[in-house]
Amino acid sequence: MDFSLTREQKLAKEMLEKFVENEVRPIAAEIDATEKFPFETVQKMGKLGIMGLPYERELGGAGGDYITYIMAVEELAKACATTSVVLSAHVSLCCWPIYAYGTDEQKNKYLPKLLKGEHLGAFALTEPNAGTDAASQQTTAKLEGDYYVLNGSKVFITNGGYADIFIVFAMTDKLKGTKGISAFIVEKGFEGFSIGKIEEKMGIRASSTAELIFKDCKVPKENLLGKEGMGFKIAMSTLDGGRIGIAAQALGIAEGALDEAVKYMRQRKQFGKPIAAFQGLQFYIAEMATRVEAAKQLVYKAAWKKQAGESYGVDAAMAKLYASETAMYVTTKAVQIFGGYGFTKDYPVERMMRDSKITEIYEGTSEVQKMVISANILK
Amino acid sequence: MSKGVWVIAEQRDGILQKVSLELLGKAREIANKLNDEVTAVLCGYKIQNLSKILIYHGADKVIVIDNELLKNYTTDGYTKAICEIALQRQPEIIFIGATNIGRDLGPRVAARLRTGLTADCTGLDIDDETKNLLMTRPAFGGNIMATIECPNNRPQMSTVRPGVFSVPCADENRKGVIEKVDIKISEDDIRVKILEIVKSLKEKIDITEADVIVSGGRGVGNKEGFKMLKELADELGGIVAGSRAAVDSGWIDKDRQVGQTGKTVRPKLYIACGISGAIQHLAGMQESEYIVAINKNSDAPIMAIADLAIVGDIYKVVPEIIKELKAYKLSCEVK
Amino acid sequence: MNILVFIKQVPDTNEVKIDPKTGTLIREGVPSIINPDDKNALEEALKIKESKGARVTVVTMGPPQAEKALREALSMGADEAVLLTDRAFAGADTWATSLVLAKAAEKIGYDLIFAGRQAIDGDTAQVGPEIAEHLNIPQITYVEKVEALDGKLIVRRALEDGYEVLSVNMPCLLTCIKELNQPRYMNMYDIFTCYEKEIKVMNIKDLDIESERVGLSGSPTKVKKSFTKGPKSQGEIIDVPAHEAANIVCEKLKFVHII
Repeated sequence: MDFSLTREQKLAKEMLEKFVENEVRPIAAEIDATEKFPFETVQKMGKLGIMGLPYERELGGAGGDYITYIMAVEELAKACATTSVVLSAHVSLCCWPIYAYGTDEQKNKYLPKLLKGEHLGAFALTEPNAGTDAASQQTTAKLEGDYYVLNGSKVFITNGGYADIFIVFAMTDKLKGTKGISAFIVEKGFEGFSIGKIEEKMGIRASSTAELIFKDCKVPKENLLGKEGMGFKIAMSTLDGGRIGIAAQALGIAEGALDEAVKYMRQRKQFGKPIAAFQGLQFYIAEMATRVEAAKQLVYKAAWKKQAGESYGVDAAMAKLYASETAMYVTTKAVQIFGGYGFTKDYPVERMMRDSKITEIYEGTSEVQKMVISANILK
Repeated sequence: MSKGVWVIAEQRDGILQKVSLELLGKAREIANKLNDEVTAVLCGYKIQNLSKILIYHGADKVIVIDNELLKNYTTDGYTKAICEIALQRQPEIIFIGATNIGRDLGPRVAARLRTGLTADCTGLDIDDETKNLLMTRPAFGGNIMATIECPNNRPQMSTVRPGVFSVPCADENRKGVIEKVDIKISEDDIRVKILEIVKSLKEKIDITEADVIVSGGRGVGNKEGFKMLKELADELGGIVAGSRAAVDSGWIDKDRQVGQTGKTVRPKLYIACGISGAIQHLAGMQESEYIVAINKNSDAPIMAIADLAIVGDIYKVVPEIIKELKAYKLSCEVK
Repeated sequence: MNILVFIKQVPDTNEVKIDPKTGTLIREGVPSIINPDDKNALEEALKIKESKGARVTVVTMGPPQAEKALREALSMGADEAVLLTDRAFAGADTWATSLVLAKAAEKIGYDLIFAGRQAIDGDTAQVGPEIAEHLNIPQITYVEKVEALDGKLIVRRALEDGYEVLSVNMPCLLTCIKELNQPRYMNMYDIFTCYEKEIKVMNIKDLDIESERVGLSGSPTKVKKSFTKGPKSQGEIIDVPAHEAANIVCEKLKFVHII
């Protein structure tokens, strides 16, 4: 067993840390307050190869590995959960299904720009009445000549307002249930496609969570991803990978909050000594650090399995379940350690606490993760 | 008797740089220990009139190299002039001011003379036994001090930053020898051509890059008070910043805010005026090298972390400091 | 055009702490980085490569671990890297260092050399000009702007009270300051190929220098002793009339070399 990073991963980590310190951390509070999508940051990430990190150079990727990509999500989340989910949704939920299920034509058409960060990707599965029950899709796609015509709407779509390319799920055959769902590559300029409401959220406030509206939207039939009826499988396997990304995001948030708490405990004096000297708070730190470390092992184990080509669905579910709950725990404790100051926007821990909550919800709630895990054990 | 302690006198547009006079003071001290002479080397064009100032400040002799091609500093021209004369006369020691010119010239000269050079010395002395020059300088980002010597090569060379030593008092009765030396320099010797010299003092605005910060807080009381702080900052070549309270009150811009929600600074000198030192503020400035706090309340947290804490009203103390600084500057002025 | 960039791996002196009890330097855990000014030098070379076309070779002298700095430079976009390493080079002052670097430059070949103004562990600013002197080429220090024309450069050199605009023919050596540019980050594309590139290693034999001219023995200056300034002294609180306080402030500022 070898827990050490490769030399390339070490360089990548250094680069990411520097990038985060200079480009991400300084604007994290501001974009949280203004809900301004970090578009310039995403463009910079594209130029540096971060938006296509784990894909081959021939397709426009950086030729890196999956673990480094997960590390990128984690490092970004230490300072800004919004920026990290932009990356995770783009790479895991949009680039990956095209990479895994796309034809050569689709890959060559869409991946180079996506992987270089010139285009931003999104994933559209959730509907007002199909959340955890994703199989109840109401958006329909009907083949008419050379086009599928899509009708319906999607909600809570991460990157929605800024994405160029969307992976959209729709029913091609209602009678077949989950086997009747198909996946499509939709460009933002397609006729009949529009962006609806942008959600105002508790956390990851700048991530542009949008409603998508399809009104006789014409999608060329060559933009069908995989075969008709494969949509649900594509969605579920995509989410398996996406969960590692969200788990890494949650891990990063927790690490960021722990760092802030430790720094503050050394600075802050009460009763004539730094509050780091008080055992009650020391025990908090011990508990927080241990949970963070456990989450980290789960996240990297799942990433390693994916990279090694092993099946990782349960590992991803465990990683996401535990890391997201760790993020919630650690950020809540961090606010507690900061006391009154932690409740103000002078310090980042209140934002981190708000950002944590979504990691227990999106890409499968904690309850869904438990279903996935237990179903696998009891099968 | 050795062969002299030299100071390379720097002039720009016919005006002697203060650091050259500071070096003369030190050179005098060193020469006395060696029972030796101080020689100033003055390069330029039509600058002979500066010689007497050098003598008043401690030079026994001034070597003047007056040449039209030396009117403005060039690496090639000045290196040639100084190396030729140094090779002829074989001085024991050469001091150069560590200005952007001196730090360009010094290493070039040292390399040509095949000798050592110690940059930015803050202490210079003579070893009692070996009579070698002991050059002390900060290293490792100022975290350690090192004493360096150059035992087997001559001359022993060092550069010294402006302001490290003080300007000796001028003695207008001092006598010295002025010697004009002609060095052949041709246009072709000077490989870097000056197209333009532009004088402009850049107004520093980024507080994270300032060496000196004068910062004001709630205790300043109003916007007018910051004009006084600006005056103090100007005297020190620094810039004005403020606490969050000052920014929120509109007395100073947000990009000048020091602290948790502002910027983190670590200048050489941080003067906190009327700042109590809430933890958010301390987080942004406690790593400053030297902290002076002025506050009416001796129990304010800022006073506990200050190197020098003045209990008092900033409106009384700051004007006195400005007055004192002005008087000090006047006393240093070159006539 | 061949551009050489001399870089140095240095301890991040911002991360160096003094043990408050003993007053000694805590070196443990201090990361090694590419010297900041050298990154500006590399950035400018890469910019010229992008605009004019050039081959950028980074060169460093140091222990074998300095390879890391070269990999980082390759990850920023440098084409080639050379490590000058030999036990004989150890303990070199600026004179002996610059001699080794100058010899390396001669062996590698160059049209233009970039270096940082100074390294944060020594702050001497001497190595660049000394290399230029060994090579007998013109130098421009404190470079804050470069415009590359055919065969020559228009360069802005910073002065305390303004700047000079200078013209120089290549080959020449420029030492760079942070005002020159904003160094780029490493990028993922180059990070994942940098270890496929070979780093050329040169030792004292490869450079044809006599051992007495390098390292400690080739250094005119010797460190006689080094010491820390000691633990930071406790601050003092004074409560005296304003003019006396002002007087004390000024004396202290003189003492700490602010004025």
